[in-house]
Amino acid sequence: MAAFLQSIGYEHWILTALLIVPVAGAAIVLAAPAAAARSIALAVTLLELILSLGLWVAFDPSLDGMQFERVIPWVGTYGIEYHVGIDGISLMMVLLTTVLTPLSVLGSWAGITTRERGFYGMMLVLTTGMIGVFVALDLFFFYVLWEVMLIPMYFIIGIWGGKARLYASLKFFIYTMVGSLLMLVAILYVYFAAGRQSGGAFSFSLEHILRHLPTLPLGTQAWLFGAFFLAFAIKVPMFPFHTWLPDAHTEAPTAGSVLLAGVLLKMGTYGFIRFAVPLFPAVAFHPTVSRIIITLAVIGIVYGALVAMVQPDFKRLVAYSSVSHLGFVMLGLWALTMQGTQGAFLVMINHGISTGALFLLIGMVYERRHSRLVTDFGGIAAVMPAFAAILTFVSLSSIGLPATNGFVGEFLVLLGSFQTHPAAAVIATTGVIIAAAYLLWALKRILYGPLEKNENRGLTDLTGREYAILAPLLALILWLGFYPQPVLRRMEPAARAYIESAQRAAPGAPDVAAREGR
Amino acid sequence: MVLDFENGRDLALGLLPELILTAWAMLLCLHSAWRHRESDAQRQAGWLSLAGVVLAAGATIWLWRGNAHLDGIPLVVNVDAFRWASTLIILTGVGLSTILSIGYLDREGINVPEYHAMVLFAAVGMLFMVNGADLLIIFLGLETMSVAVYVLAGINRRSAHSAEAALKYFLLGAFASAFLLYGIALLYGATGTTRLVLLGVQAAHVTAEMTLLLRAGIAMLFVGFAFKVAAVPFHMWAPDVYDGSPTPVTALMAATVKAAAFGAFARILLQGLAAEQQHWGAVLWWLAAATMVVGNLLALAQRSLKRMLAYSSIAHAGYLLVALVPGSPAGASAFLYYLLFYTFATVGAFAVLIARGRQGERDVTTDDLSGLAESDPALALIMAICMLSLLGFPGTAGFIGKWYILATATGGGYTTIAVLLVLTSVISAGYYLPVIMAMYMKPRLHERSHADTVLPAVMRGVLVAAMLAVVVFGIWPGRALYLARVGSSGFLVTPVPATFASPSPLPPGHPAPLPPGHPGQ
Repeated sequence: MAAFLQSIGYEHWILTALLIVPVAGAAIVLAAPAAAARSIALAVTLLELILSLGLWVAFDPSLDGMQFERVIPWVGTYGIEYHVGIDGISLMMVLLTTVLTPLSVLGSWAGITTRERGFYGMMLVLTTGMIGVFVALDLFFFYVLWEVMLIPMYFIIGIWGGKARLYASLKFFIYTMVGSLLMLVAILYVYFAAGRQSGGAFSFSLEHILRHLPTLPLGTQAWLFGAFFLAFAIKVPMFPFHTWLPDAHTEAPTAGSVLLAGVLLKMGTYGFIRFAVPLFPAVAFHPTVSRIIITLAVIGIVYGALVAMVQPDFKRLVAYSSVSHLGFVMLGLWALTMQGTQGAFLVMINHGISTGALFLLIGMVYERRHSRLVTDFGGIAAVMPAFAAILTFVSLSSIGLPATNGFVGEFLVLLGSFQTHPAAAVIATTGVIIAAAYLLWALKRILYGPLEKNENRGLTDLTGREYAILAPLLALILWLGFYPQPVLRRMEPAARAYIESAQRAAPGAPDVAAREGR
Repeated sequence: MVLDFENGRDLALGLLPELILTAWAMLLCLHSAWRHRESDAQRQAGWLSLAGVVLAAGATIWLWRGNAHLDGIPLVVNVDAFRWASTLIILTGVGLSTILSIGYLDREGINVPEYHAMVLFAAVGMLFMVNGADLLIIFLGLETMSVAVYVLAGINRRSAHSAEAALKYFLLGAFASAFLLYGIALLYGATGTTRLVLLGVQAAHVTAEMTLLLRAGIAMLFVGFAFKVAAVPFHMWAPDVYDGSPTPVTALMAATVKAAAFGAFARILLQGLAAEQQHWGAVLWWLAAATMVVGNLLALAQRSLKRMLAYSSIAHAGYLLVALVPGSPAGASAFLYYLLFYTFATVGAFAVLIARGRQGERDVTTDDLSGLAESDPALALIMAICMLSLLGFPGTAGFIGKWYILATATGGGYTTIAVLLVLTSVISAGYYLPVIMAMYMKPRLHERSHADTVLPAVMRGVLVAAMLAVVVFGIWPGRALYLARVGSSGFLVTPVPATFASPSPLPPGHPAPLPPGHPGQ
């Protein structure tokens, strides 16, 4: 297989192809009749998935650094390049994206009945944006994709969303924009600083900037890190920057919620891993900053879980649970141990799968019942047994039951953070317990008990299409639960590189290499 | 080609675009004296005027491509790339607003063929503003333009608002001109010259007792130009004037009059007063900051679309001022790039407003555009691109312009104003996005609410081309950025050490190679 891929020059064109195929697909969707839009979108996203699967095979887990790199000058005079490449964590994020997009297209199959062409066109443009963010290695290119992605999501929420969609979409847009524009100024600042240091070679290439960025005064670095931090922390979202999330997730159509939770939130944590931490390790792991971030992460874990518990709307409940899960990611990243980092990477993947599945399930029941209020249901396991079984299973994986994917990730994060920040790890553990409480309680009220409401008696169980959507996710949940080794192995160099980059300018930070015995 | 202004033929060549436009304006005066009763006459005059603008633009391009430059230092008018670039931006704006006005005047029943002659006279004035090498030439250009635009603002004699706009504009404009003239007089007193190049030399060696005079002159100059570009706190006239004038005139004022005033301002600052940058830089800093903050906040509070666009153009004046703060040639190129695509987006937005509105468009609100995407997807898309470009969103040329300004400011060491620029841009999302929201996400107010939203086919074609340019240059800005950089290459003297330098050599084969010493090399 690997030999075949090499023979067709796969490593040279794959990332570019992954970026171009969806946009080209969007053009086809817009030109084709509205009735064909969803089929074309499905075909394009499936093609994208098949193309991307080769990455799994062709990716060499034994190599450090970037693979599949490609550099094409874009605006040469200002050192702007089309520069793409992936390491282990980007690989997983790209695969997560390509897996989730066809499923969200299928999940919108019946739910989107107006302006289909626009919707599927936006979905495809969004796909390019998401993949682009995970593969861009030029800060300018990254910034453009990071922003451009806002537009399709803005329209998806604003046109096809729920009742308060206008409010939610505007809030989503403006929150994201505040952070990212400040990041633009910070990007320009490091561009000039690195360019002057290198003797006039100005380039937005991340590698170039990392190599030539002079040691700036700590105060300046703090401001610059702050700008990156704000952009990424809003996207993650970290407490207290999370207030856009419940609105956006709740109002978005199913596909929008799936991609928001599954992929867009990961861009925030990915941004920390790829840009903010390697550029400013001295600030990121300055004892004070580190303490603040860990505190916010832990608050996010517990607060998100507690607020999720009291949500009457099931979708909103899942939205708040995202705040909690992403808190684990941040905790794992700032623990600065190999287990913590690997765990954080894994939680990023798991959350995409489990929460994506939950949103898809909510969408399915919403299409039947046109309600998401927990109190509107009760006992529907009697009429929808398969749905009930799958929802229970997915919820358990989200809680982190052993033998599901959720367990491995959160366990590694707690293990890793306990070594360096025991108090934070202990408090975070309560988040797992509360997660069990809110999800199981919701399940009890929705699925079990007597079937009292007449509206619920006529509900039909899952259709073939819905099984097709859920089956791959269930398989992934089990696979990652039992045998996450292949994934961990591919992400290991990236995790090590992250820790090394964090320690580069922070001699006081705990010596991980020694502890890990490497 | 080398021009020697001692020689009559060379002088005529050097002033070719201006001469063409002047001759054309007179031709139009004759035309409207001959035919002015039928509504046809106005339309004819419009197309005729457009032909003149195209001819003048052609002459400009010919001179630029021929690398026309002056033998010796420019004493009266400049012959340099900055002039060509700004001339083309101005002619683009004039041409677009002329196309807009032909249908508009027809529809609103304003049958005044002289309108087009006035536009051309204004254009001549603007060209002299950006080519003047002497403060007095610039002043004469400014007055020629202003008088013509006063008339244009009040051209709709049946509208009280139009008359109010003209009167306000005239009174405050006269006031500003007085400041400007006084400033020029003081500068002359301090340095003994009104010629920019000599001023640049003299200003650096002013004796201690003359310094005060020089500074006072600069301050007066600032007040005058701040009035003209509607920078806060000298912006009070702008909203009422923009609101009351016929909409194509508003578009002309918001885009092109501003471009000309900025062009002249930039030239005076960079060519004549570069040595004083550390003093006026700080003043400009505050002017820019106040303009961005106040302009954006006031725009946010508007309900009428026309007023919103008027205030947003104040905010854009603030962004343009930021480009000038570091006083570097890179600032001038950022500013040229920004102006060109600002012109496209602004005229585009006003065109959509015209298509939707009636009787001066004063009462069209954002909500009146509700559901436009369903009734007329092309028009909605044009408006959406205009809004995104004005917002400075990646993928549009407006972003590259804003990025360039930010880069100039950051590279020149003015990070704080760059941060302020992006923060106020976020405010602008609060009024640009609702337009998109109304068009795409809200239902039509009633079944036939867009039945009379019509944009003539010609205008539609022109706008589609303009929007295409906005998107294409938003994605591949290389060529336009290069021209913008060439456009600023005349300003050799740079007082700040940190210029926005570029790493790689320029693409070969361009007719106008950059002179040595320019930061582009």
